[in-house]
Amino acid sequence: MTPVDRTRLPTPGPAPAVRLPAVTRQRLTSGMKLCAARHPGPPVVHWLLLWPTGTAADPEDRPGLAALTADLFDEGTEKRPGLALHGALDLIGARLGVHAGADATFVSLTTLERHAVEGLALLCEVVTQPRFAADDFDRVRELRRSRIRQLGTVPAAVAERVFHETVYRGHPYGHPGIGTDAALSRMTVDDVRRFHRERHRLGAATLIAAGPLADDAVAAAAERVLGGLPAEEAAGPEPDGLAAADPPEPPARLVLVDRPGAAQSELRIGHAAAARRTPEYHALQVLNTVLGGQFVSRLNQSLREEKGWTYGVRTAFRFRRAPGPFVMQTSVQADATAEAVREVLDEMRGIGGERPVTGPELALARDALTRGFARGFETAGQVAGGVARIVQYDLPADEHDRFVPAVSSVDAAAVTAAAARHLRADRAVVVVVGPAAQVEPALGGLSLGDPQRADAVPEAG
Amino acid sequence: MPAMRIDWTRRTLDNGLDVIVHEDRRCPIAAVNLWYHVGSRHESPGRTGLAHLFEHLMFEGSLHHDRNYFTPLQQAGAAVNGSTNCDRTNYWEVVPANALDLALWLESDRMGHLLPALTAAKFENQRSVVLNERRQQYENRPYGLASMALMAALFPPDHPYHRATIGETADLRAATLDDAHAFFRTWYHPGNASLTVAGDVDTEPALEAVRRHFEELPAGPAARRGPARAGAPATAGAPEAERRLRLEDRVELPRLYLAWRTPALFAEGDAGMDVLAHILAGGKTSRLYRALVHDRRIAADVSAVQSSRELEGCFCITATAAPGRALAELDDVIGAQLEALAGDGPRAEEMERSFAQTEAQFVYGLQSVGGFNGRSDQLNAYNVFTGDPGFLSRDLARYRETRADDVRDLAARLVRSGRVALSVVPTGDAGRALAGSDAAEVS
Repeated sequence: MTPVDRTRLPTPGPAPAVRLPAVTRQRLTSGMKLCAARHPGPPVVHWLLLWPTGTAADPEDRPGLAALTADLFDEGTEKRPGLALHGALDLIGARLGVHAGADATFVSLTTLERHAVEGLALLCEVVTQPRFAADDFDRVRELRRSRIRQLGTVPAAVAERVFHETVYRGHPYGHPGIGTDAALSRMTVDDVRRFHRERHRLGAATLIAAGPLADDAVAAAAERVLGGLPAEEAAGPEPDGLAAADPPEPPARLVLVDRPGAAQSELRIGHAAAARRTPEYHALQVLNTVLGGQFVSRLNQSLREEKGWTYGVRTAFRFRRAPGPFVMQTSVQADATAEAVREVLDEMRGIGGERPVTGPELALARDALTRGFARGFETAGQVAGGVARIVQYDLPADEHDRFVPAVSSVDAAAVTAAAARHLRADRAVVVVVGPAAQVEPALGGLSLGDPQRADAVPEAG
Repeated sequence: MPAMRIDWTRRTLDNGLDVIVHEDRRCPIAAVNLWYHVGSRHESPGRTGLAHLFEHLMFEGSLHHDRNYFTPLQQAGAAVNGSTNCDRTNYWEVVPANALDLALWLESDRMGHLLPALTAAKFENQRSVVLNERRQQYENRPYGLASMALMAALFPPDHPYHRATIGETADLRAATLDDAHAFFRTWYHPGNASLTVAGDVDTEPALEAVRRHFEELPAGPAARRGPARAGAPATAGAPEAERRLRLEDRVELPRLYLAWRTPALFAEGDAGMDVLAHILAGGKTSRLYRALVHDRRIAADVSAVQSSRELEGCFCITATAAPGRALAELDDVIGAQLEALAGDGPRAEEMERSFAQTEAQFVYGLQSVGGFNGRSDQLNAYNVFTGDPGFLSRDLARYRETRADDVRDLAARLVRSGRVALSVVPTGDAGRALAGSDAAEVS
């Protein structure tokens, strides 16, 4: 056997082509859209139902309503009180998941293939005949109020909330999905029923199936379970205020939440940036990968691997229907707080100006994104999630097929242009959750203006 | 239900390295998963945290690639990670199938040639990173120090599970580069490792590629370690009576942790403890969720888990008080529910629901070839802990064969055994701990 050559790393040959599952699309008689992705593998079927309406659609005086409504889905149906519903789910080993994101609400059910139809029937029951009992409403609301109190002691949760409240003040993305204690106190079960009636219309929903079932078997199951429901057209574009688009100038650049004696400062730095449908989507992905999107990135190499100030740094453009934020997140040892903030702002500034992306950085980022793309479509849940992203943002049906060629064609000029347009160190908001007495003096030297103080628990309102 | 299995081939190289290959062609990726049978329980006194700190150093370069390992792997499109627990350390890459050799080259270089590249500068940097990991995940996180206080109380000071894997801050600061070199020489060699390659590969060429990269590495100093056996009796050295502790922390709601020493991983009673955990607190139909959260509304959450480990396990029930409620109320209800199970045992439908859930979880766990808990990780776990990579079907059979009476008897054993009751309360509010609690010592 030829011994291995240790003078150089093996050079992988051409990466195998990504094999994306074909998706068949149709409309059920109830008006619901159906997307079926046949995916070979273990006998697991993932059902995912989504409505393009999420926490951004909360009424202004009812922040938290979308998430509370979603949370009540698994508290029982007209036929089955909550615990009976869970007994039925448990008996087939199904997992029910409910999530209200900013732009969409998801109800998912993972089940063994042999229980696929039974699982879909339960999912359907959950979303079309929710019980929304007053008693369950009271209990779930109190649990969420407890949760809000607890989140005030979680540095990352506090930093996220304050960041969004500052960057998206007065905007549908500005409040935490869980809402506020005061708003939850005001809500009634009728609010939930009304929100569900108006926002969760079958005609606006898409059902996604991923797993080893044949497409026609999926269609037959869906028609059998959901086809008999009365047609319910979508109510037209949702009035969620997103069209109003740009958030106002933030009221402060530096916001400090005191956590006396804390060993670290939790940091969020960023600003409103780009929507998912931006034509610069792929350039921004490359840009982010270089700056802080993966382990080998400018920020992680500097703050973790050179300086040792943190367990890790990540950045992301959180793409949404309306322009979502660019966010840097990390937790740094308290004595390095101001230096870490300065470094992040320098790197945000540099990549669109004095220190543009280099050839090796560009190659690394493009390769990491394109060669790693196949990994994201291994499980039924991942495949369903991929379809959901297309549905949620009205992307072209071949969006995932376009990803590798689109990223491969991003050049250095495109990255620099995207950085210049979408990274704004000069208007980034810096949120620090840390020991104020220790970190405030040095933060004062960063020319971010007077720090504004915020509380660890949300203000009443 | 088709038989639950993963097809595999195993070879042991002359230097002692176990190699397992599993073919799966669904996705054009290959998973490389490497276990070293060393964890925090193998650390020397005064050097807690070394096993985990060492894991960090493994990514910082080796003799023939003296730069960080992430760059070439990310360039190839890989996902990369590693983890350390009390019993083992694992490393994995998921690469496009064409980049298998790259992952094997790097894993073999750090297995055989790490030390010439392991410098004081790298050691200092990663020590600092780990201290920040400790701050982020434990010190600055609500309830973050509870698990340390619990393990320290449950296991005596000379027990390998007494200290948390992350280690004591003082020990991390005291560790030296020499300690790291010695740790590598003792534990990181082919005879103490198990390597699985899984995914879009052919078995024989994959075995050949592994041989090309690993066969030249010298066997290690120690004799090959056999598979783990069920360890000491579950109650050996367990606290005879109850120990009550309290920990003040930056938390909003008091939380109660009840912990017992229990059977080891795969030992008699281990699967039964999982079933008991499920019946007590697995999902909304469970007894404690119904009683504490749904019906009486005195708790914000409740969970129960059997942490199965190589030497012995521990069973922990955790419940957070709803605003205004006392931990003693929670403790009473939990005690009554345990007594009821210890008397009458679970109902038939509870056993049926529990097994249906377990069986489904086994199938869901087969969906990924790589990463934590993927099929390659499972094959290595079974190989290292039982000597049989194909243990999956017997593993599931343990649950199928668990009877309601077994669960009843295990619940009865908990009721009779000593336990640790840890109350985590808001700082300055020590009075909200269970009566008679002593202050826990954690740093």
